[in-house]
Amino acid sequence: MRFWLSCAAISIGAVFLAFSGANNYLFFAGFVVLQSIVLASAWNILGGYAGYVNFGVPAFIGAGAYAALMMHLAFAAPLLLQIAVAGIITGLIGFLVGLLTVRLRGIFFSIATVALVFIFETLVMNTPFLGGATGMQLTRPESGGLFPSYMRMLVVVMTGLAILAVATARYVQESHIGRGLRAVRDSEEAAECSGVPTLKLKLLACALSGALLGAAGAPLPMYLSYIEPASTFNLLYAVSALAMPIIGGMSHWIGPVIGAIILASLQQIVTVTISSELNVLVVGLLLVVFVVAAPEGIVGLVKRWKSSSK
Amino acid sequence: MDLSRRKLIGTASSLSIASSVFSVPAWANNPIKIGMSMPQTGPLGAGGKAALLALKMWVEDVNGRGGLLGRKIDFNAYDDQGNPANTPGIYSKLLDVDKVDLLIAPYATVPTAPIMPLVKQRGKLLMGNFSFQVNAKVKHDMWFNNAPWNDAEGWFAGFLQAAKDSNSKTIAIAAQDQEFAQNLANGVRAGLARTGLTSVYDQNYPPTTKDFSSIVRAIRSTKPDVVFVASYPGDSVGMVNAAHEIGLGPTVKIFGGGMVGLQFTPVMESLGSKLNGIINYNTYVPGMPLKGIEDFFKRYTAKAVAEKVDPLGYYLPPFNYATGQMLEQAINATKSIDDKAIAAYLRANTMDTIVGPIKFDAGGERANQRVIMAQFRGVKDKDLEQFRSPQRQVIIHPTADKTGDAIFPYEQARKS
Amino acid sequence: MTFSFDLLFEAILFGILLGGFYAAVSLGLSVSFGLLDIPNVAHPAVLLLGAYGAFSLGQYGVDPIVAGLLLMPVFFIAGALFYKTYYLVFERRGDAAAVNGLAFFFGVVFIIEVGLVIWYGVDQQSATAAYIGGSLELGDIRLPYRLLAAFSVALVMALALSLYLSKTFYGRAIKAVGQDEGALRLMGVDPVKVKQLAFGIATGVNALAGAVLLILAPIEPTMDRIYIGRTFCVVVLAGLGSMSGTLAAGLILGIAESIVLMFLGASWAPAVAFGLLMVMLGFRPQGLFGR
Repeated sequence: MRFWLSCAAISIGAVFLAFSGANNYLFFAGFVVLQSIVLASAWNILGGYAGYVNFGVPAFIGAGAYAALMMHLAFAAPLLLQIAVAGIITGLIGFLVGLLTVRLRGIFFSIATVALVFIFETLVMNTPFLGGATGMQLTRPESGGLFPSYMRMLVVVMTGLAILAVATARYVQESHIGRGLRAVRDSEEAAECSGVPTLKLKLLACALSGALLGAAGAPLPMYLSYIEPASTFNLLYAVSALAMPIIGGMSHWIGPVIGAIILASLQQIVTVTISSELNVLVVGLLLVVFVVAAPEGIVGLVKRWKSSSK
Repeated sequence: MDLSRRKLIGTASSLSIASSVFSVPAWANNPIKIGMSMPQTGPLGAGGKAALLALKMWVEDVNGRGGLLGRKIDFNAYDDQGNPANTPGIYSKLLDVDKVDLLIAPYATVPTAPIMPLVKQRGKLLMGNFSFQVNAKVKHDMWFNNAPWNDAEGWFAGFLQAAKDSNSKTIAIAAQDQEFAQNLANGVRAGLARTGLTSVYDQNYPPTTKDFSSIVRAIRSTKPDVVFVASYPGDSVGMVNAAHEIGLGPTVKIFGGGMVGLQFTPVMESLGSKLNGIINYNTYVPGMPLKGIEDFFKRYTAKAVAEKVDPLGYYLPPFNYATGQMLEQAINATKSIDDKAIAAYLRANTMDTIVGPIKFDAGGERANQRVIMAQFRGVKDKDLEQFRSPQRQVIIHPTADKTGDAIFPYEQARKS
Repeated sequence: MTFSFDLLFEAILFGILLGGFYAAVSLGLSVSFGLLDIPNVAHPAVLLLGAYGAFSLGQYGVDPIVAGLLLMPVFFIAGALFYKTYYLVFERRGDAAAVNGLAFFFGVVFIIEVGLVIWYGVDQQSATAAYIGGSLELGDIRLPYRLLAAFSVALVMALALSLYLSKTFYGRAIKAVGQDEGALRLMGVDPVKVKQLAFGIATGVNALAGAVLLILAPIEPTMDRIYIGRTFCVVVLAGLGSMSGTLAAGLILGIAESIVLMFLGASWAPAVAFGLLMVMLGFRPQGLFGR
């Protein structure tokens, strides 16, 4: 009950902020932070709960972004429809990837996901309708519907997506799905011997994770008014999506949220004040530091602190 | 009045007297903020740094004259690395965080394309910087592109003339898959029918391509008369190197066209004699009669050497300085820094600059085109100063600036 | 695209030379991942480090191949130390194959990439040497000298490593440690030291391979990404642990890429390695020559 109350409060807060006179740049940066929450939570469903490391996050984001673009170009679809279609398509892709790699060990799953990035990027580069390697300029609709501007509407939509992603992660974690996935993570053989439907659960996790990742990528073309493959399929998304749950803690749904807020905000601050390179360095360094020194993440540190102070 | 209020008034008045005694001149308190991003690293960095130096020179000159409308100019340029992914964020920051008054576009088409919708949406004037046809789809009415070209036809005219003079019939086109090269190549492709040339090879290659030997090999196998390349500095160098390593074949009469980078001094110096025979575009070749440009180059070279930037500065710097000059004329004439007022002035008038008179058409592109097509001749390796001589780049088009005829076939021109 | 047997022949020839290079670049991974099961996704990043190292030495006039040879012992020591750290942090804790080990290497990749950007900038860099720029003329075909140089070095490396692993005691110990650590211990050999040796060799080989990369084409910091595809494709295609398989797999990849490049154009070439990898993973994950 507490969870849903907080979600409601956050939604109201976001709408309120959208109507306020806050600086435009806050929304530009806020979008990125909210998107990071979705990415981190989505990644964690497969990575933290099931132990399957998805390096190909950019492939799903890109697929979502270009699916949304296609809906926009071909059918002039409204934003919410774009997001829905993108989510369905990328969910399907997740499902197929899971199916393809079902007999393989963890690292091969990961490498298959990297392959996905390059394959999708190459596909897009060879499709002039989607802009090819050159990219495409887009004109955003003038108004933001009920909201003062399109950007503010985007931020409110993103807030909704973030709540959806976190709620999904929470549901998976606390239900039998989560228990099954944990069994898979700890020992897939043992799980299978105990009668856990490992294949079904893995495929479900792949599909859910993929769908949310794609939904997070769908607003990108509208957000930037421009889209091109190199920056959309950027491997930085992969490191960030990996780093955030690790920093926050992979065992609990709040971990990715904590990690996302910390890392995304840090990245925005660094980009604006120092440079964009250092931004990537910060992510890489934090990832390595946490993996080595605090593999349970902040959630783990808090747990340990709580139990030691008893 | 009670004690506290007297104290307050006393403090306030003494503070204001103190501040007026110790304050900086009013002009610096209320500067005109001009902001942009410029590729200072990355593939376009060599050109961008030179361009930036020229802009800073203009800012210094103007501030030395007392600023514009009695206000100092505050100029800031971020580094976008030539990466189109960086510019939307930077220009959003310029508008919403730095709150600049006026915007200049980054150098080159690829970093500029992404910000066109943003700039149009926010109703800001944008001074273009050597982009090519980047406003064609967005149709922003406050866009003014400072470059000597307008469309592909104008760009290609000189190259086409050389092709006609050499009785060429077939053409091979290689273009990088990015906004500039595609705009140019598409323009060329659209006009082929009128030229009497048939395409025997037409390939777009991704920006990540490093190895051009297979492209050159494929071109060679089609035995073309003309080879037209639209590329950015990294691949221009790659193509020239591959053309030397693998060879374009004995049939090629004309080679070159729209290769960006062969105008950057560091590139020219490192390629050296490999440049010979190539017919490529440029914006300025020494010897062209332009008022005020010699003086500019003297001052520019002195600063460039000190900052370890392109010491010759032939390609971009004069035009960037001219951008400043145009803004200056518009602001002084309209007595305001309002985007619409400046735009109206720029649209209606011909501005006088160190690169000659500049007039804009309805789309914001240059109305009086002046793309130079020149052939490299007699270039030696590892010699920078040689490029100061007009003979290293023989201008074959436009007729008004012509200094010689093109030599073909390409194999023969290489040895000239 | 016009098809002709001349072009096909040239493409295959080009592909063989390129393939030899891909094999050389994947040799280190064959050892660290193929034999030792270390999820070393940072392999291509270290390769790039070697290339940039050779470039820096080149600024002082050192020939790239010589630079590579000079860097080999440095990389060897670094690799051995790195493995020790990895072992202490991950393998002893038991979660090496899990998320943390993979995440660790991925983090290392990015740190290396960004480090290179900060130190060298995002521009392309290339090497100059006597054999770069000219080509061998065989009738109508031109074979660039730099490709021939790369291929020769690759061949020598592959041969040397293969001989070492099959003929020397420690070489065979490296092969054994992946299969049966316990048995090795019983023979009085410390498995950790053997793995350190192996990882050191894998990293050292990378130094020379990196120098060859520099000879072949201009380098820039994000190149490691496409090489993740190429190196893992070769290693998977070969079958984990097979050195001679690596050479054959490299050739297959090189020829496939070259033919796609020639006839489908440069836009499809990046997908070849990854596409091949996916196909192998889907239909024959043990590779062509695997154990």
